[in-house]
Amino acid sequence: MSEPIIYVEQLRKSYGSVEALRGVSFQVQEGEVFGLLGPNGAGKTTTVEILEGMRTADAGQARVCGLDPRRGGVAFQQQIGAVLQQTALPDKLRVGEAVELFARLYGRRRDLGALLERLGLADKQHAFYNTLSGGQRQRLALALALVHEPRVLFLDEPTAGLDPQVRREIYEIIEELRREGKTILLTTHYIEEAERLCDRVAIMDYGKLIALGTPAELRQRSSNTTRITVRLKEPIEDGRLRQLDGVVDCRPILDGYLLHSQRPPQTLVALVKQLEALGNELQSLEISAPTLEDVFIELTGRSLRD
Amino acid sequence: MRTTWTLTKMRMRLALRNRAFLFFSLLMPIAFLFLYASLFAKGEPRVVGYLFPSVLALTVMGSFWGLSIQLVLFREHGILRRFRLTPAGPGALLASSLLSNYILTLPTVVLEFVLVRTVYGVTMFGNLWGVGLFLTLGIVTFAAFGLIVASLTSTIQETQVLNNAIWFLFLFFSGATLPLVFFPEWLQRLSMFLPATHLVVGLQFTLIGALPVRLLGTEVIALVGGGGLAFVLSWKLFRWEPEEKISRSAKAWAAAVAIPFLLLGVWENAVNVRRTELQEIYKSVGERASPLPNPH
Repeated sequence: MSEPIIYVEQLRKSYGSVEALRGVSFQVQEGEVFGLLGPNGAGKTTTVEILEGMRTADAGQARVCGLDPRRGGVAFQQQIGAVLQQTALPDKLRVGEAVELFARLYGRRRDLGALLERLGLADKQHAFYNTLSGGQRQRLALALALVHEPRVLFLDEPTAGLDPQVRREIYEIIEELRREGKTILLTTHYIEEAERLCDRVAIMDYGKLIALGTPAELRQRSSNTTRITVRLKEPIEDGRLRQLDGVVDCRPILDGYLLHSQRPPQTLVALVKQLEALGNELQSLEISAPTLEDVFIELTGRSLRD
Repeated sequence: MRTTWTLTKMRMRLALRNRAFLFFSLLMPIAFLFLYASLFAKGEPRVVGYLFPSVLALTVMGSFWGLSIQLVLFREHGILRRFRLTPAGPGALLASSLLSNYILTLPTVVLEFVLVRTVYGVTMFGNLWGVGLFLTLGIVTFAAFGLIVASLTSTIQETQVLNNAIWFLFLFFSGATLPLVFFPEWLQRLSMFLPATHLVVGLQFTLIGALPVRLLGTEVIALVGGGGLAFVLSWKLFRWEPEEKISRSAKAWAAAVAIPFLLLGVWENAVNVRRTELQEIYKSVGERASPLPNPH
């Protein structure tokens, strides 16, 4: 295997008494889309910002393209592009001007029109930044990250706060970059995003990496359980459902309950009997393979949105 | 240099699209000019000429307001952190602030010269090269003070409080509003410690007295030293992120900007030349123009 393009070894970082990173290690190969999945406060952004050179680790090692992010200088900056989580541009800067400005700062003269076209911003190039929608701002952030054709792209929560339609548009752009062989490290707390976009996913919680593998490998870890989503006519104590045969976990969801069962047939029989005894009715039932969310729940005992 | 110029063009573009900038950097100085010339000088050319350096000083000193607010706003909104990942370092960002401010202040200054000449008939502009030098030093130095203010504050509110305090001192105790000769002696002596006084004095002596710059060494040293120190320290204390704390040592470093002015203030008070010369200039103008009141 070739030298990893991103190398992270035993990274530690504290903010006062809070340990944000507690010995995080992973490697990313060139051309790979690598995801850091975890809830808010898991340490994803701290990890990415150390790799971008914006923060200094208290201990451990981080290298990107063979360079130390804190000491790599302009040579390092030319290698990486980033979509930051909390950032903005001046209100009265036009889209076209912003892209041209960043291209000049990096000393690159590429076809900026084609870049805007590709990101669906061609008709917005004369628009001021403060008139753009959330999705357009995020596409502009991607354009600025790509303007100097970096080898590695860091995307910190690239679709956070966007509506599903816009989120899908961003997914398509990332998938296109993936096809081009761009190395991408993205952080997310959306399961769908990690499963759809990432070649490998590292699950983080409380500053530690608790699982690492391809989405399929991680799902296999949870292969001994099956998701059963039920919607009932009347609400029921979830404690009763937890006691059903084969059920290892039960959580109320928006309009029903999510059960994890190790013996689905027995669970279903027990469920029907229970409902009959209570005079309740089953309105819908879905059986599906486990997702990364299930893996996260198994590993941490919490859901990503807790 | 290329990066600085690229950022300078962006800053100028943004400033010209900002109505607040146009108000404070163009309309307000012109309004001050008309106020001084029509109300205080009653349109008398010699008195307008006497008060004109004060108007120019106010135009130039205003630089620190806009730059400090803009830099803090950029940091608060996360704009600076986006530039942090680019090859544009703090030096280029700060230098572009000074350069864009300089280029954008010049048209207002030129317009003020045109107005005092055409509207009020002022024809004597003393040592114009010297005036140009003091205007340049003033614009750059006071803008650099703005960068120091931004390095010491984290929010717009804090910046406005600090700006108000500094502006109050500069406005009322430097001779920019009321000529120094009207102040009691102890206040005149204190005013010699203010950077703004060196600018006002420099402009008065070159514009009214037509003095060569070589006789204004103290004022040149004060503005060059103070401005240079302010720029270097603002670079050293530059913060990209709003949550980056301001250390005590940073505050101590920022206070070092006052050192040249403290030393020169002690020197001026010891030799006591400028105060006497300012009295003489005032008298020479007063003998030939009626609106000037008796200072004591």
